[in-house]
Amino acid sequence: MANFDLNDDSVVVIVGSGAGGGTLGTELALKGVKTIILEAGARNEIEDFVNDEWGSFLQLAWTDMRTTSGSWRVHKDFPNLPAWIVKSVGGSTVHWAGASLRLQEHEFKTRTHYGEIAGANLLDWPITLAEMEPYYAKAEDKMGVTRTNNIPGLPGNNNFKVLEAGAKKVGYKEVHTGRMAINSQPRDGRGACQQIGFCFQGCKSGAKWSTLYAEIPKGEATGKLEVRPDSQVVKIEHDASGKATGVVYADKDGNMQRQKARVVAVAGNSLESPRLLLNSASTMFPDGLANSSGQVGRNYMRHMTASVYGVFPKPVRMWRGTTMAGIVRDEAALDTKRGFVGGYELETLSLGLPFIVAFLNPGAWGRDFTSAIDSYENMAGMWIVGEDMPQETNRITLDPVAKDKFGMPVASVHFDDHANDVAMRDHAWSRGKAIYEAAGATDVFPTPPYPSTHNLGTNRMSERARDGVVDAHGQTHDIKNLFISDGSQFTSGGAENPTLTIVSLAIRQADYISEQMGKNTI
Amino acid sequence: MSSSAIPQPHGLDRRAFLTRAAVSTIVISNGALICLGEAWGLEVKALKPETARTLVKLARDIYPHDRLADRFYAVAVKGYDEKAGKDPATLAAFEGGVAALDADAKATNGVAYADVGWEAERVALLRPIQGGAFFQGIRSDLIVSLYNQKEVWPLFGYEGESASKGGYVNRGFNDIQWL
Repeated sequence: MANFDLNDDSVVVIVGSGAGGGTLGTELALKGVKTIILEAGARNEIEDFVNDEWGSFLQLAWTDMRTTSGSWRVHKDFPNLPAWIVKSVGGSTVHWAGASLRLQEHEFKTRTHYGEIAGANLLDWPITLAEMEPYYAKAEDKMGVTRTNNIPGLPGNNNFKVLEAGAKKVGYKEVHTGRMAINSQPRDGRGACQQIGFCFQGCKSGAKWSTLYAEIPKGEATGKLEVRPDSQVVKIEHDASGKATGVVYADKDGNMQRQKARVVAVAGNSLESPRLLLNSASTMFPDGLANSSGQVGRNYMRHMTASVYGVFPKPVRMWRGTTMAGIVRDEAALDTKRGFVGGYELETLSLGLPFIVAFLNPGAWGRDFTSAIDSYENMAGMWIVGEDMPQETNRITLDPVAKDKFGMPVASVHFDDHANDVAMRDHAWSRGKAIYEAAGATDVFPTPPYPSTHNLGTNRMSERARDGVVDAHGQTHDIKNLFISDGSQFTSGGAENPTLTIVSLAIRQADYISEQMGKNTI
Repeated sequence: MSSSAIPQPHGLDRRAFLTRAAVSTIVISNGALICLGEAWGLEVKALKPETARTLVKLARDIYPHDRLADRFYAVAVKGYDEKAGKDPATLAAFEGGVAALDADAKATNGVAYADVGWEAERVALLRPIQGGAFFQGIRSDLIVSLYNQKEVWPLFGYEGESASKGGYVNRGFNDIQWL
């Protein structure tokens, strides 16, 4: 493992070690580029993970202060927990469920296909599906995605069987155990899925792809990658020419360190990445770095989400086995006849008893609530994930009052559902209910969104500098050696779980950065 | 958290309890809550015993599960007693909240909250205060202090940790037969 000097200004510094940062750092190291990943969280390995929802949450989740506002229900239910994402090496690839779907062609061109929608800040991506396809293929191979590269699908668990039975009865066609970055057979030095459940708590068998153990160690083995855990970046610095020169970060003891850099890439997830750019404001860049467009922090998307839980006359035991290996894709296609634009996926999801009581209907009490919980063993669950509308007013700002332990203003998250999001959620709830009723459910519960796991769009890609923060390679329009490498690049959200696209963009970005370094343009 | 944290009643024979007590009733004796039907006792250190007894009743009224014995609710209340012992403001909040609830109960039903005989009547007393800090503090705490007791999980069929058992790959992840 490498150990670079703080004054080494030839290194690429990456902020964050998740799907974007962990992939980018590993890819660069494999190309021989000296790279440092600074990760705010600790390095928890597979043996540290616990099959315990609250215990794992306290071990892995970002629980530092954040504030919220807006009409979304998360603000009411979880005012200081807008997002359920990870602060640990591997980032949210430790917690993710593994669903690995490509965005569809039209989802890269939403302004073209959906037209002008009041209140929505739609924009076409400056990149097409055709340009992304080679990188999607590389990512699927790297991650071992089932139903690609001749890798068989995962076997269906009980929760999937209920979904499948109901979905087929109501006429859905594209129903299967998903394209999952979870080994259905041994691959890449990792074993096959043991159907443990607890995918969200860190995979104890390592069958699920994560940058923590499937990427970063390969980068470290080259001697070109150094990962520094417990290192929270508080500021990106620049010189008089406006070029990034390095970062200031708090080390594990809380002491401020300055790491010099040739290139800085920000991959702290869509809440922390814009927060860092905004907190790096200077005399030269008074509105924050890379913010000449005013779009840093704006167009925050979280996917239109919700859940449906069905109660059946006999046990399902939904917690057994892979959490999200089950999908209905029929509602994801381009079809504006349903009264909204965009589509959604229906995916199996289960929560253990400790979390179902926290999330089924937050704030509820009394016999209505407990009678549902009394049926826990007989419950099946699905998650709804669909495209939400980017809105300029949904945004991350710096909280004017709350600061973290390093004195850095915390992220304040404002979100209002768009009318299109509400119409899509109502449609999806009714379809989910129909599926479970077709499978014999005696009761069905529409469950509101959990704290956001898919945080997107707050440093979006655009063709023109005035419309967004980065270009098609994630290079900021304003600062040539400053890149964004996470889901905050997304111009629109699509209906699909975003990790595969984040990884594909990071592979593509690694090619671009090393090429540009070779040409001395950065 | 473990139910064994609750001391067995002092100087009393557990078997005698089990034979003498026909129904589960919590009585107060020498500063402790004694549950006759379930044969356990809870010594409170900060809260008044009457307050603790009311909180056990309140906890059950907020999350009523007929399959759960009182001792699981009492484990949550033991946690409140410990918090109250460390912080005078928390102690005052519990005592004040229960006193206000008792005052409402006496005005409406003529007896203290814990002595109001019917669940529906107690729930009617809770509805007006459900948005307040006292009720919400207890309700949100119970989400963890009640439901995150590992002894509670099997009573709902939940199996908890599975990695050490090899997951469910050979233990029924796809064993559903009734579909």
